[in-house]
Amino acid sequence: MSRALPLSRLSPPRRPLLSLAALGAAAVTAIPLCYLLVRALTPGWAGWAETVLTTRVAELTARSLALAAVVTAACVVLGVGSGFAVTRTDLPARRAFAVLAALPLAVPTYIAAFTWVSTFRGMEGFWPAALVLTLCCYPYVFLPVTAALVGADPAQEEVSASLGRGPLRTGVAVTLGQIRPAIGAGALLVALYVLSDFGAVSILRTDTFTRAVFVTFDLGFDRTGAVLLSTALVLLTVVVLSAESVTRTRHARYTRLGSGARRPHPRLRLGRARLPVAAAMAGLCALSLGLPAVNLARRLAAGVSEPGTLGEVARATGATLWLAGTGAALTTVLALPVGLLAVRSPGRLAALLERLTYLSHALPGVVIGLSLVFFGINVAYPLYQSTWLLALGYAALFMPLAVAGIAAAAAQAPAVLEEVASSLGRRPLGVLRTVTLPLMIPGVASGAALVFIACVKELPATLLLRPTGMDTLATELWTQASVAAYAAATPYAALLLVVSAGPAWLLARRTGVLAESGAQVSR
Amino acid sequence: MPDVRASTPDDAPHAHRHPRRRARHARHARRRAQSGFALAALVTALTVLTACGDDGGSAAEGSLTLYSGRNEDLIAPLLERFTADTGIDVEARYGNTAQMAAQLLEEGDRSPADVFLAQDAGALGAVAKEGLFTRLPAASLDAVPAGFRSAGGEWVGVTARSRVLVYNADAVAETDLPASVFELTEPRWSGRVGVVPTNASFQAFVTAMTVVDGEERTREFLAGLADNEPQIRDSNLAVLEEVDAGTLDVGLINHYYVGELAAERGVAPDRLDARLHFFPGGDIGALVNVAGVGVLTTAADDPEAQAFVDYLLGPDAQTYFAEQTFEYPVVDGVAGPSGLPALAELTTPDVDLNDLDGLEGTIALIQASGLTP
Repeated sequence: MSRALPLSRLSPPRRPLLSLAALGAAAVTAIPLCYLLVRALTPGWAGWAETVLTTRVAELTARSLALAAVVTAACVVLGVGSGFAVTRTDLPARRAFAVLAALPLAVPTYIAAFTWVSTFRGMEGFWPAALVLTLCCYPYVFLPVTAALVGADPAQEEVSASLGRGPLRTGVAVTLGQIRPAIGAGALLVALYVLSDFGAVSILRTDTFTRAVFVTFDLGFDRTGAVLLSTALVLLTVVVLSAESVTRTRHARYTRLGSGARRPHPRLRLGRARLPVAAAMAGLCALSLGLPAVNLARRLAAGVSEPGTLGEVARATGATLWLAGTGAALTTVLALPVGLLAVRSPGRLAALLERLTYLSHALPGVVIGLSLVFFGINVAYPLYQSTWLLALGYAALFMPLAVAGIAAAAAQAPAVLEEVASSLGRRPLGVLRTVTLPLMIPGVASGAALVFIACVKELPATLLLRPTGMDTLATELWTQASVAAYAAATPYAALLLVVSAGPAWLLARRTGVLAESGAQVSR
Repeated sequence: MPDVRASTPDDAPHAHRHPRRRARHARHARRRAQSGFALAALVTALTVLTACGDDGGSAAEGSLTLYSGRNEDLIAPLLERFTADTGIDVEARYGNTAQMAAQLLEEGDRSPADVFLAQDAGALGAVAKEGLFTRLPAASLDAVPAGFRSAGGEWVGVTARSRVLVYNADAVAETDLPASVFELTEPRWSGRVGVVPTNASFQAFVTAMTVVDGEERTREFLAGLADNEPQIRDSNLAVLEEVDAGTLDVGLINHYYVGELAAERGVAPDRLDARLHFFPGGDIGALVNVAGVGVLTTAADDPEAQAFVDYLLGPDAQTYFAEQTFEYPVVDGVAGPSGLPALAELTTPDVDLNDLDGLEGTIALIQASGLTP
């Protein structure tokens, strides 16, 4: 990180163009916040206090935070454990496991929760919800941790070992230190996702903030109440973000300087533990992927409803690819200046803008959807119910997914190369085009893939913002499932997984774990 | 309105338009991606393009825009018939009734919608309260019983649905069925009753109870229900499936879900293990509610919108609903769903749906009982 270089005494370079672009991008994610502000002002302070400062809200807060904490902790354990297993051990079929561990990203929580309740009757409440959310979310930790484990400089561990530290102490002191930023970034995404999730908590009946927001719409069609509750959710997100900031440490170089061929890490021989570890990995995959797959197949076999013509299915698939593709492209473009600014010109503005993008990430999709309806109707009417307004909605929801990847890529792209290009007379845009972007393409692609998968699964905002008459896989699935046409719903659910599987595989590949040779094995 | 809005699913221009657009965007994207910030320019350009495609007017002549809070599976075939009969194209937008009502309220008088078809009278009431519905002509209103339409004439019921107790025929003998919904708070029903307190129909039922039996009795009922280990579920379908599977003995739902589940199983409704019990004697547990329709003020003078309302209340659509969605027709002279007692034969509670607008009180009651978050 540039902060760690000796030059860090100097204030970071000002980049007016980049700052301006980042400001514009962050403004998109501020749309929902502005909407909440406008709507919350209507009932006034007293109305706000009456809705928000209640014991019920206190309970919701406690439960939402507890669920986020439990799921995040579990995801860190599973994500780091499986990341370590596939990168640093002689686990059999580790490449296959690496891909399978990324795939649960493609499983929407509403599908996962639905399969769990219909497999195990009466399953509901806090712990089942935590289980389902963990199984769906741990790839958010697994992916960055795996990438960090692959990319970490083996020399640091060697130095530690040469200084007399055993493997365990080296692991804790050096390796853990190297992957810590990756854990932090993944954990934050998990925690915020849990706050915003509706699918799992509604089906498994855990009363979190987001469920309360959705229920408030249904009960008495109470828009204002739902909005007021959402403002409290924003405050909750601020708390989570501050907590995460505290755990961030300054210092530390996480990447190797210079390039050249990377030496593979020595692998830990699992010995007798090899099969149990493989069995544990297989069990994890069975719970996160196998169970939904089996349940869908069973539903397909049991029902007589039909999914409509091949044309309809193909059209929904096409619409999904088109909408998610547009959403991912726009989100990534907007995230680029935010992520770059955070790394290349760190400071208050950069930190503020980056954090701002996280705020709307924790808001329920229905609130994002309504805020964009508000924005479309009052500000951008020509865009209303067009693909572009929905893409803006996706950007407001999912920008942090792209920002994280871009910031990580920018941190790994040596700033000195840009400085050289500048010193040789390249103008800022030229430097960006010829030096920065090419270096960052892997990180940018990962971010885009993460956003793409999130867009494919998204339902509430899509329902509110999609162009009239356009059906996606997620909306078709919802349509069929809500009239018990489960057999008809199954092809859409299956395609939803298939469409997301490609980007999930890409994400696994980008970590570098698939390319690593398994040659070296340590004692 | 933006040009990307597709018309009816059948002639769907986006089927061939989108791939071409995608290819064009992809080409653009590839070129521009290499030139960094120019991507932002692309977005701006496309924004402008989209804006230029806007014709600025409401729906084209001979067409109407429908917001449907009812399921696409049920409504789309009906719209095809309507278009075939009248030549009027319908652009239908489907969503969740409650969230769609919120969307209409956000849109206000700039809404592209001409007609709102809702799953629930409460949602229609919420939109009517903001003055977004025009008054329907007397001919439409008078086609249905007074209790099934808005007193102000802003919306009219299209189909009727009864609250029922669904029970598993193996677990509960017919002679053991409760005579009143109030009996469900008795110890013998402890842990056996499936409830969906977040559902709008449950909420309408509770409101009706406050109207008929008073707030105190309703509070006692909810408290009794909450204390009797109710099996709370997320949807009526979830309750029905469990009752049919025998993991729940009884549940409070709307009657027509049985038709949906039977259709998925490919059997007649009376072949399911889940059976319907209509509370007798005017008990509030057999409240009859409606799904209905209203015309937005922006379409007050659109003959297409009125034609659609007339069509919904006509014999074709009423028969369609009875046969396909298992709901009760609301106009005279149309036979009800087969295998169910006729609406006229049931002794339903005497409730005017217009009296069910005291939702805030109801919600406070439900929340205070601890049945919802």
